[in-house]
Amino acid sequence: MDYTLPQIASQVRRDIVRMVTAAASGHPGGSLSATDFLTYLFFKEMNVTPETWRRSGEGLDQFFLSAGHISPVLYSLLARRGYFPVEELATFRRFGTRLQGHPSIERGLPGVNQAAGSLGQGLSVAIGAALAKRMSGDPHTVYVLIGDGESEEGQIWEAAMSAAHYKVDNLLAMTDWNHQQIDGTTEDVAGLGDLYSKWSAFGWTVLEGDGHNFASIEGTFKAAREKLGQGKPVMILWHTEMGHGVDFMAGTCKWHGKNPSVEQCAEAMKQLEETMGDFAL
Amino acid sequence: MKEYIDTGKKDTRSGFGAGLAELGNSNPKVVALTADLKGSLKMDQFAAEHPDRFFEVGIAEANMVGMAAGMAIAGYIPFIGTFANFATARVMDQIRQSVCYSKTNVKIAASHAGITLGEDGATHQTLEDIGIMRMLPEMVVINPCDYNQTKAATLAAAAWNGPVYLRFGRPGVPNFTPADAAFEIGKAIKLNDGRDVSIFATGHLVWEAIQAAKELEAQGISVDLIDIATIKPLDREAVIASARKTGRVVVAEEHLIAGGLGEVIAGVLAASCPTPMRFVAIDDQFGQSGKPAELMAAYGLDARHIVEAALSLR
Repeated sequence: MDYTLPQIASQVRRDIVRMVTAAASGHPGGSLSATDFLTYLFFKEMNVTPETWRRSGEGLDQFFLSAGHISPVLYSLLARRGYFPVEELATFRRFGTRLQGHPSIERGLPGVNQAAGSLGQGLSVAIGAALAKRMSGDPHTVYVLIGDGESEEGQIWEAAMSAAHYKVDNLLAMTDWNHQQIDGTTEDVAGLGDLYSKWSAFGWTVLEGDGHNFASIEGTFKAAREKLGQGKPVMILWHTEMGHGVDFMAGTCKWHGKNPSVEQCAEAMKQLEETMGDFAL
Repeated sequence: MKEYIDTGKKDTRSGFGAGLAELGNSNPKVVALTADLKGSLKMDQFAAEHPDRFFEVGIAEANMVGMAAGMAIAGYIPFIGTFANFATARVMDQIRQSVCYSKTNVKIAASHAGITLGEDGATHQTLEDIGIMRMLPEMVVINPCDYNQTKAATLAAAAWNGPVYLRFGRPGVPNFTPADAAFEIGKAIKLNDGRDVSIFATGHLVWEAIQAAKELEAQGISVDLIDIATIKPLDREAVIASARKTGRVVVAEEHLIAGGLGEVIAGVLAASCPTPMRFVAIDDQFGQSGKPAELMAAYGLDARHIVEAALSLR
């Protein structure tokens, strides 16, 4: 049966909240803010399937998650897309699991091509992968997601300069601009400022989209794809809300890295339609 | 005592440059990146011959490590080149997560290691890098002793599937190992067979240890002399066999005692055959500006100090 993108996203949000509740730890806030545009990315945008996926990304579109703490959304999407059994989501953060707290390649989880968690590193890795595609004559695209809080890391701006310098125009980077980080808002904590101007000044083509509106998501991805191959790396700034989809989690940093209680989880489930069937706990 | 001939002083980093140039022609998957130190790392020939596989990333070492990891994921064999401090301490977390934990096939070429960097002083005299790199799971740590061995180690690093840390120095030092010797990762190299004392040396200290062994043999002390070019994985069998035979061990290296080869060997011997030891290395301090030879003497890293250490074990 085919599901609509909102149906998939609703199930992914259920998975996220149930996973962190079961694990009694994890990062629901940023997972929920990134759910919609990543759902589109995995189900509509990228030219890679569970059958064709390989770590090298050779001959395929390739995705790197730099903000590794939002592993719940990545794991749910991979499972719902068919990379591994949905039931495995129940092992999240348990001893011996392939679904480590932060993504790891150690146990060979399909769909994961690089460890992430220590912030700021994934954009550089994606640039290397994109340059490798250029060297190999592979016309596919490298996608990477960084966080807005993560953009306080110096390495992000080393990478920003480098991607423009090397005219890495097969790279489509995305920022989940939810304006929240662990200790507060990105403005209060670090004065993150105007990301549009910053990325533009670093020589990137910058687009903005509503990260919770599927029409905007589709239009922004299409516009971004047309900007590829023009001598500049492309950045999409997704305007999102941390904790989106669960009213008591939305718009606050409180749920960056905190699990709900069993009662709070039940409350969240009332707000999120079960569409594809919950994994068993 | 076996004779070793200095065929002329050459810097070990040039051995890396020669090895990299050879790899450029023999292996189309080898790529190279540098953080504004192409000339210092002797990467000029590779860069000139393979501009499509050479990346000048500027003074941005963290980004360089990540880019190399991304290329390695795609099946390339990246060598990243910079000074030892910027190749280790500055980017340890990037190496830890993007390289070692992610098992990416990245080769780290670190030059100007140790106190023999000389006049630039302590900011650049890296004496902690072996310790930093050997702590990381998956990482291989190689510290070759001369030009020929560095070239051979560079070729071996490319053939090894996994992260490798290659350490070399700035000044010209005696080139004495055979030009045609293949480098076997993880294998100790016996330079002299002896009974009375074991000397394990690595990097620039190997030549000093040869001079020390000559002096000791002249005094009637028979030296079991071993070049530990691969610090990790350590050739434990060779170390234990030698220590069992002689019952006395000196370890010589251009590094801090903390984290260095001496501690590695002490750990192995403590568990397998506790042996009296001496450490010819720098104890818990930074270096300073000076000429390489005068710094080696001042910080106790020359042949004379190795002799004294061996004699103190009698």
